[in-house]
Amino acid sequence: MTTQIVLPIDQNEVRENSQSKNEPEWLSNLRLEALTLAGQLEYPKLEKTNLNRWSIESYGKYKSTAPITSIADLPEAYQEALQDQKDNLLIQRNSNVVFKSLSDDLAKKGVIFTDLETAAKEHPELVQPYFMQAVKKEENKLTAIHTALWSGGVFLYVPKNVEVEIPLQVLFLSEDDSSIFSPHVLIVADTNSSVTYVDHVTSEGSSNELVHNSIVEVFVKSGAKVQFSTLHNLNDSITDLSYRRAVVENDGRIEWIIGEMNDGNCMSDTSTVLKGNGSTSDAKIVCIGLNEQKLNITTNATHFGKNSDSDMITRAVMNDNATAIINGVTKIEHGAKNANGEQTEKVLMLSPTARGDANPMLLIDEDEVTAGHAASVGQVDQNQIYYLMSRGISKETAERLIIYGFLAPVVSEIPIKQVSDQLQALIEGKLER
Amino acid sequence: MSNSPKFVIDGLKASVENKEILKGINLEINGGEVHAIMGPNGTGKSTLASAIMGHPKYEVTEGKAILNGDDLLEMEVDERARAGVFLAMQYPSEITGVTNADFLRSAMNAKREEGDEISLIKFIRKMEGKMGELEINPEFMHRYLNEGFSGGEKKRNEILQMAMLDPSIVILDEIDSGLDIDALKIVADGVNNMRNEERGFLIITHYQRLLNYITPDFVHVMMQGKIVKSGGPELAERLENEGYDWIKEELGIEDETVGQEEEDFKMPMNTVAPEFK
Ligand SMILES: Nc1ncnc2c1ncn2[C@@H]1O[C@H](COP(=O)(O)OP(=O)(O)O)[C@@H](O)[C@H]1O
Ligand SMILES: [Mg+2]
Repeated sequence: MTTQIVLPIDQNEVRENSQSKNEPEWLSNLRLEALTLAGQLEYPKLEKTNLNRWSIESYGKYKSTAPITSIADLPEAYQEALQDQKDNLLIQRNSNVVFKSLSDDLAKKGVIFTDLETAAKEHPELVQPYFMQAVKKEENKLTAIHTALWSGGVFLYVPKNVEVEIPLQVLFLSEDDSSIFSPHVLIVADTNSSVTYVDHVTSEGSSNELVHNSIVEVFVKSGAKVQFSTLHNLNDSITDLSYRRAVVENDGRIEWIIGEMNDGNCMSDTSTVLKGNGSTSDAKIVCIGLNEQKLNITTNATHFGKNSDSDMITRAVMNDNATAIINGVTKIEHGAKNANGEQTEKVLMLSPTARGDANPMLLIDEDEVTAGHAASVGQVDQNQIYYLMSRGISKETAERLIIYGFLAPVVSEIPIKQVSDQLQALIEGKLER
Repeated sequence: MSNSPKFVIDGLKASVENKEILKGINLEINGGEVHAIMGPNGTGKSTLASAIMGHPKYEVTEGKAILNGDDLLEMEVDERARAGVFLAMQYPSEITGVTNADFLRSAMNAKREEGDEISLIKFIRKMEGKMGELEINPEFMHRYLNEGFSGGEKKRNEILQMAMLDPSIVILDEIDSGLDIDALKIVADGVNNMRNEERGFLIITHYQRLLNYITPDFVHVMMQGKIVKSGGPELAERLENEGYDWIKEELGIEDETVGQEEEDFKMPMNTVAPEFK
């Protein structure tokens, strides 16, 4: 077979990696099928963005990084944020997970929190029915490539009626630009359970091009609640291509909190399928683009369930020559009576050469629904600057106040203090370079 | 008196979008004095306030504005404020996401040296105290700056800022508009409490009403971008009783506004084909 695969990884490598890790046959086969698909499928067509012009071909190779026994073995910069989290913590360095801990209490309750490779071996009955089911390998070249070469990753299972009080935390750290860094996160929250998941996707010191092609799948069963929060600050040589998708059953709820604080190009697609009656979703996304960065940020809510409710807010601050394409899609399917969908996209541009585009879309196939959208793209208002300055505030401080004020309605609403503090610090780091 | 300010406006001319609006303003305000500028709408009163504060849209083309020997016109807007000028604006901006408290604390700290910032507790106490005096709902401390405030609430918030920032030259632009009589009294009290030798006031209004509660020392009438008449408080009373027509008659003014007259048609010397878009 002469498939023209532009990947720096071939069929043999995929097979060998899978074998050397002793992966179950269903998973090995899935990887190989996906690899074939990857050679046939196209990259996704994004609104006003041509992915083919991004550097999206350097995936690196699977390389194993040695396990660590405590967070003291991490670079210092990462220790502080994890200080208070000795338990319920998982760390992936480059291609593989090097640290994981789960409190006895949660383990006793049946919570599973481990790397996805291990879970696929030890809990196939929980992994196989969900893995690559919310996002399909057949969707496009990116999802196919991901299915073929993902490594490390997280599996989180919360049994029926179990409410996990403390956030489970994950660090994804890329330190080597020649190692695959494409994790998969799979979360299954069983009936009436609840859990908060927090991750941080970041990089250290690499300088060659690398692709972070990640997929997050969240299954929220009836009456369950999942808070999913993720902060990305990858360096400018890493292209971040991230799909996140949740499927929410009757009366379930998903809350997304997403900080796109990368220095490189970023495609981020966060979708919720409101499958069950009374299912609800809330998405808050904050992004900042500087220099030549290109961002394509999509939020999507697709309503099938009656009385389902979605709310999506995206705020982007763009400086220099950065470009942001912000898409919001609210789709209400026929039969989703009394569904309600709201979305807001706002872009604030700090330089005359920054570009911002907000594309709200309401696609509605049902009469008895309510839906709304608001979108705006604009510069900093000079009258506001004048007003603040007239009280003695310097121009720089005035601009800062206005920019932080623009983001505040999202940042201040983040329910997890640790995440809002960390996001605030990342925002400051980007804006006050 | 070393702390008594002296503010001199000398032959000030200013333009907006290349239209000359201020046509030579002369005014001297000393500590302890309250000056009122009255005049119908569109005569250039707000333009004077904006030119003094340094709004970027208003270009000063001639004249001086000297505060205690320093040339305000050479300063950025924030420097003018730190030099002691405060302008309560006719139309204050709304700013999302910035709370009243955060904003005011930034403003107060901007005047102080680094390391000498006002402590949070002191600040809160002071703000609560002033809000109490002005009968502002304590919730407004943590509301976003002017966002969703009614007209009257915005005006009171301007007075609150004045009270917190302790300026030496205060300009109030139509601070009375949108206020009911009770609110007007509260605002007037706020101003009267701050009258002293260390502060001078310039109160802009087109109604005499406010001046029943704040008695001015000097009253000036503005028309066509100039001060056309000055006097004492009795001038305000006469305007209250008789309106502005007698002044217009006395001075032979038909249209008191400025910047609104049709441009005189001039035959273009170099004709260029008009551009169609
Ligand atoms: N921002 C502006 N843009 C354009 N023209 C302005 C602006 N501000 C003032 N003007 C002009 O100056 C004239 C006087 O306005 P203003 O100073 O606001 O008067 P007043 O405060 O006395 O009602 C207006 O009629 C208008 O022609
Ligand atoms: Mg005015």
